[in-house]
Amino acid sequence: MTLALFFAQLLNGFQLGVLLFLLSAGLTLVLGIMRFINLAHGSLFMVGAYFAVTTYEATQSFVLAGLVAIAGALLLGAALERTLIAKLYSRDHLYQVLATFGLILVFNELARIIWGQTPIFLNVPDVLSGTVNLFGFEYPAYRFAIITVGLLVGVALYIVIHRTRIGMLIRAGASDAEMVAALGVNIRLINTAVFAAAAALAGVAGVMAAPILSVQPGMGEPILILTLVVIVTGGIGSIRGAFYGALIVGVIDTIGRSFLPAILREVFERSVAQAAGPAVSSMLIYLLMAVVLALRPSGLFPVKHG
Amino acid sequence: MARYTAGTVAAAALILLLALAPVIASLAEQPFYVTLLSRMMIFALAAVGLNLILGYGGMVSFGHALYIGVGAYAVGILNFYGIDNGYAHIAAALVCGTVIATLVGAVCLRASGIGFIMITLAFAQMFYFLAISFKQLGGDDGYGLTSRSDFKLFDLSDNTVLYYVIFFVLLLVLLAFSRLVEAPFGVALRGCKENERRMRAMGFATWRIKLTAYVLSALVCVLAGVLLANLTRFVSPSYMNWTTSGDILLMIVLGGLGTLIGPVFGAVAWLALEEILSSFDLGLPGNADAFIRDHWAIVLGALVIAVALYLKDGLYGYLGGGRKAAS
Amino acid sequence: MTALTVRGLTKFFGGIRATDGLDLDVDSGDIHAIIGPNGAGKTTLINQLSGELNPTAGVIRLDDVDVTHVPIHRRVHLGIARSYQITSVFLGFTALENVMLAAQGQRGKTFSFWQPVARDAPLVERARSLLARVGLDDAVHTPVSAMAHGARRQLELAMTLALQPKVMLLDEPMAGMSRHESESMVTLLKSLKGVCSIVLVEHDMDAVFALADRITVVVYGRSIATGTPKSIRNDPSVRAAYLGDEEEPA
Repeated sequence: MTLALFFAQLLNGFQLGVLLFLLSAGLTLVLGIMRFINLAHGSLFMVGAYFAVTTYEATQSFVLAGLVAIAGALLLGAALERTLIAKLYSRDHLYQVLATFGLILVFNELARIIWGQTPIFLNVPDVLSGTVNLFGFEYPAYRFAIITVGLLVGVALYIVIHRTRIGMLIRAGASDAEMVAALGVNIRLINTAVFAAAAALAGVAGVMAAPILSVQPGMGEPILILTLVVIVTGGIGSIRGAFYGALIVGVIDTIGRSFLPAILREVFERSVAQAAGPAVSSMLIYLLMAVVLALRPSGLFPVKHG
Repeated sequence: MARYTAGTVAAAALILLLALAPVIASLAEQPFYVTLLSRMMIFALAAVGLNLILGYGGMVSFGHALYIGVGAYAVGILNFYGIDNGYAHIAAALVCGTVIATLVGAVCLRASGIGFIMITLAFAQMFYFLAISFKQLGGDDGYGLTSRSDFKLFDLSDNTVLYYVIFFVLLLVLLAFSRLVEAPFGVALRGCKENERRMRAMGFATWRIKLTAYVLSALVCVLAGVLLANLTRFVSPSYMNWTTSGDILLMIVLGGLGTLIGPVFGAVAWLALEEILSSFDLGLPGNADAFIRDHWAIVLGALVIAVALYLKDGLYGYLGGGRKAAS
Repeated sequence: MTALTVRGLTKFFGGIRATDGLDLDVDSGDIHAIIGPNGAGKTTLINQLSGELNPTAGVIRLDDVDVTHVPIHRRVHLGIARSYQITSVFLGFTALENVMLAAQGQRGKTFSFWQPVARDAPLVERARSLLARVGLDDAVHTPVSAMAHGARRQLELAMTLALQPKVMLLDEPMAGMSRHESESMVTLLKSLKGVCSIVLVEHDMDAVFALADRITVVVYGRSIATGTPKSIRNDPSVRAAYLGDEEEPA
């Protein structure tokens, strides 16, 4: 285990964390403001990836692929919110969960119908196919770009939420939605905007992930579950929690998977390590979540409620 | 108490149909239906189990398929090591189930509402990945049992015998639960669903009540898992896939939340629908038949959304059935 | 003999001091009323006395036992029970089942899984007599969802009584009642003297002066005056605090 390898995996962890942040920021906002559990969030991520691949195949332009994917996810999110999601805000969470579960089934099958079951691929754009030199060692340029874009989005989100009027409304809504509505603000419009923005963020994550994951039906759900872990660990409704939670989960998951088997091999007998290694490393972040919950049930950075 | 509504009649008819099914199937020389109905009853059992905490306790667990997996893997692991004794299978399954459910439930119940749902889903996935890492049991591909559980007194390798064992277990659980929901524990659980704050103000240790209910409901799913492994003679991580958890939730809502027999209706209806759609052959114009056969998941997905939006009392409730738990 | 002693009770919510060094002595068997303008922190006080809210500082003693940090579900068994300002009964059950549930909470033995609660004769009998006590013997099998507001308040009281408290905390029991209903409630509460000590938060001044043995006036989270109804009525600081604040029930 060399320092270079560790550093590379650390950065990979950040890269996964950044993708998770894009997804969890949107999902946690929807959870905090509209109190709505959207299990189909992973499907929006998948839609972003599929739109990107298809657009690229048609236009050979990565920029266009990105724009179409993000716009597509945003419009799809807005449409969903108006037709289906808004009807469920007042319902018990059970029905929200069921409805979005149904949406996952529909989206996955639609993807199967339109694009087929076999995975499709998007190549890393040429301009980013090399490596960058970080502190004396080489790291894939594309992954570095993901981290950069993600952090920029994070900064932009921070500015919007903390420095603009709409952001203030959103923060107020997260703390006390009824109060904001009682103040006469057009809560319907805000709800649609928040949901669409969350969808757009998922689309961004989908575009960026397309070259490094295989794009196939059902690709959204594994990521969705990681996103849920991030949100629960970070604190429901908390963007700060989503940010730190995502980075922590991304790093622990990546580093754990890379190094835990080796560490176990040092400590335990070979066959035990062989069997336990992959098992424990895949369970690591859930154990983290359990520990956080046991000590702080509202998460690491909970939102204070009015 | 003897209000013979359409629901009561339907419930009785369903039980009677299930009791006679193998006889009918053998007369019609369609043994496949014995297997199909066995599968329906297994999922009905799991749904009845989850409904204890969902309909009566107000806890939405999106991870109960985990316990089906625990039951199945208890059988699978023991079978792998050459232990075929059915009683050992059940004992191991129930012990493991109790330990896991107590630990998982204790953590999950730290959160409430939204958090609880997400955490149960996350933990189920954790065990799903754990099962995939069991390389000796085939990992992702699963593991074929060398034989069904051996209970000495009866022979499970006969499909009809297995059918009636499942039927018997389902009836037993329904009977036990019918007593439970009117007993002090059940009444307290229903109280927790409606107003937990008030319950605590009346001296109830609500956390302990909810955790106990969670473990009981998990153990019923564990039994379902033991039976499922026996039915399919196969053990797979997919038994605890989150979509399975979603299916069970759907069956409960479809059949009738907060009634004991509603989930049985839901399981039968849902699996029947799956069966019909995946072998669809009504002679519709064009490629419609083939489309539905290949892509039945879309039809089901749309139906799930419709149920979530419009179905308040479920099929059984629609028929006027049952005294509902505090809604 | 003091049933309930409170010393220096303090509660911070962020920067807000909801309870500010409050002292209280409730004598055994008394009806002790707590009055004060809106926002004075009366409900916060009840929440701390019952155990639903953890005080930031201070001591609460019940019969010389320190219960300051005992959680509510255990404090009930030590002898403090409360009713709620917004009726908190179980709509999915009948009146009898509601009181039986409360009685079951007091009795314990909840982890019983087979025998139906309806066949528990002592429990049913206790619940019936409590319903009769509050004047609801004609509503025994009525589903609560079909009961009028006043009847639900009576039920709320029956459920609190079922907990066999030494000290009963009543949070605006007369809230939303008609004049007739309030008078019945006053008569009922008078009949409970000696059964237990009562801490009564109320805005209905007629009821307060008809019932209370002692009155404590709470303003901005602290007690500004304590005494008999007569001395409170004549207290200049109380008049000042209450100027224009007296409320009449609807």
